[in-house]
Amino acid sequence: MNKWKKFKESYFLYSFLRDPVAIFSFAVFAALIIISFSAPVTAPHDPYDTKTISIMDSEIPPLWQDGGDSEFVLGTDAQGRDLLSTMMYGMRVSIIIGIGAVCLQAFLGVIIGLLSGYIGGRIDSFFMRLADIQLSFSTLMVAIFISAIFQTVFGSGVYGEYAVPILVLIIGLAEWPQYARTVRASVLGEKEKEYVEAARVIGLRQNWIMFRHILPNTLSPVFVISTIQVANAVMSEAALSFLGLGMPVTKPSLGSLINAGFEYIFSGSWWITIFPGILLIVLVLVVNLLGDWLRDVLNPKLYKG
Amino acid sequence: MEHLLEVKNLEVKFALRSGELTAINKVSFTLDKGERLGIVGESGAGKSVTGFSIIDLISKPGYIASGGIFFEGRDISKASPDLIRHIRGNRISMIFQDPMMTLNPVFTIGDQMAETILAHRKVSKKDALKIAVEKLRQVHIPSPEQRLDQYPHEFSGGMRQRIIIAIALLLDPAVIIADEPTTALDVTIQAEIMELLLELCETNDTGLILITHDLGVVSQVTKKIAVMYAGRIVETGSTANIVSSPQHPYTKGLIKALPGSRGTGTKLHQIPGNMPNLTEMPEGCAFNPRCELAEDICRNTVPELKQRGEFKRFVACHMV
Repeated sequence: MNKWKKFKESYFLYSFLRDPVAIFSFAVFAALIIISFSAPVTAPHDPYDTKTISIMDSEIPPLWQDGGDSEFVLGTDAQGRDLLSTMMYGMRVSIIIGIGAVCLQAFLGVIIGLLSGYIGGRIDSFFMRLADIQLSFSTLMVAIFISAIFQTVFGSGVYGEYAVPILVLIIGLAEWPQYARTVRASVLGEKEKEYVEAARVIGLRQNWIMFRHILPNTLSPVFVISTIQVANAVMSEAALSFLGLGMPVTKPSLGSLINAGFEYIFSGSWWITIFPGILLIVLVLVVNLLGDWLRDVLNPKLYKG
Repeated sequence: MEHLLEVKNLEVKFALRSGELTAINKVSFTLDKGERLGIVGESGAGKSVTGFSIIDLISKPGYIASGGIFFEGRDISKASPDLIRHIRGNRISMIFQDPMMTLNPVFTIGDQMAETILAHRKVSKKDALKIAVEKLRQVHIPSPEQRLDQYPHEFSGGMRQRIIIAIALLLDPAVIIADEPTTALDVTIQAEIMELLLELCETNDTGLILITHDLGVVSQVTKKIAVMYAGRIVETGSTANIVSSPQHPYTKGLIKALPGSRGTGTKLHQIPGNMPNLTEMPEGCAFNPRCELAEDICRNTVPELKQRGEFKRFVACHMV
């Protein structure tokens, strides 16, 4: 109860309520989350259930066009799946992969950044050179490289089955240097501050000082990159899927839907690509806008002009 | 009689790329139970390094080259990290200059105080908070129970320094090292804090090492003084004695430089020149380039700390 009261009086909530863009983005983001995670209940069709899918229904245009069917509001894709339902399921996959990958990135990056920054010396050089090397390749290239290895090692059948955790792993491994560098930079700043010295004077253990005293003071940049990285991870997943290295066609994400529809765009079935594309843009945009707002709140020195 | 804390011929060096610098040179002093010692000197004289070296927290390129630090009979300069950690905060605690910086901004006062207790004693968090409340009351913080849930930024500078003193006192240490505890505070608050520190040390019979450049403060609080110059103790003895009749020319200069020592309307005394940089120490007595009395011997030979007169008075000067 006390916590709730504190939250209600906080600057965080205050600045949120004063920022219409933040409210709008949050509302859209929440709506998208609810829609995608309630898909098994609310979606008009189940795109994973092959029994309900008929190839006869393929490439039906959206409702308002000639030949539209009231059963398929946004039309169907090349396999006869209801596009609206498939998008809802697909967005769920995209969001799960995005958030999962960011959790992995953050976990790896924060620990590596903290150790590098606090201990320094050889550990620092080792991890930062590793990060440099990885950053000198593009993220997508690293991801393609890792996923190609996964596919050859496990075979594409197994890969299809475990595509979600594998994609989380791939995108997570590809982007940890972002976190590690940010955290390291703020640890370097924090560890010189007197409260760290004071903690040592009190006689606390090194690990305790590192995780309990320094880590919380470096978290605000971590939150900010996290939102941006969620958007990035969703995009990376879409890009990988678009290249055919992501989610299989049977369990499409937004990216693989865009990819699947791309082949039909010149034969007139534009909706298979355009609708998932718009949804992807909206999702990434609201997450980025939220991240922007969060950066302004957590970094009071950065006043808007 | 065995002393509570004895620093013997302490030598601290900094290993730099350009070579080794001696920041602390053959410093010795003792502290008994409940005794208060002031270490006085200009910036860069090595006062703070002396304080930090006692609890083995000299920052990186620095290390204890020789000498010993005996606490309750044990040489803690060679003790294991675990033992040192057990002593820090528990038996010897330290108060820093800037109260704005020494508290972690993301935790409540209660959390930070409880943490200190829990690091050294096996008590429940509830009991730890009880001790915290009691100590906050000792440093005259009103309604301490509510204060525990507040964050450092909700306190003023003077209040924060009180909290830091409370944290230093949490485990009833035998010695508190206070490194310029009032420098960052308003003059009016300075006096209050010093009085509080004095009162608490007296009631708890805690030893105090007060590191400061302010002879005025030292003369009110401490019984003994060690005056440091360029990494050495140049004069040591009882406070009353040194303040009334300083012997080393540097100490004389410091006392003359105090406001009010020459009567109103006159210019304050200044010691000409600056303290030498550690990299370019003069030959002989480090003070010789600024000293009015300097003669040839001062430029060639480093003066030893020798007993002069009674009252355990030691001075390092050829001319006394």
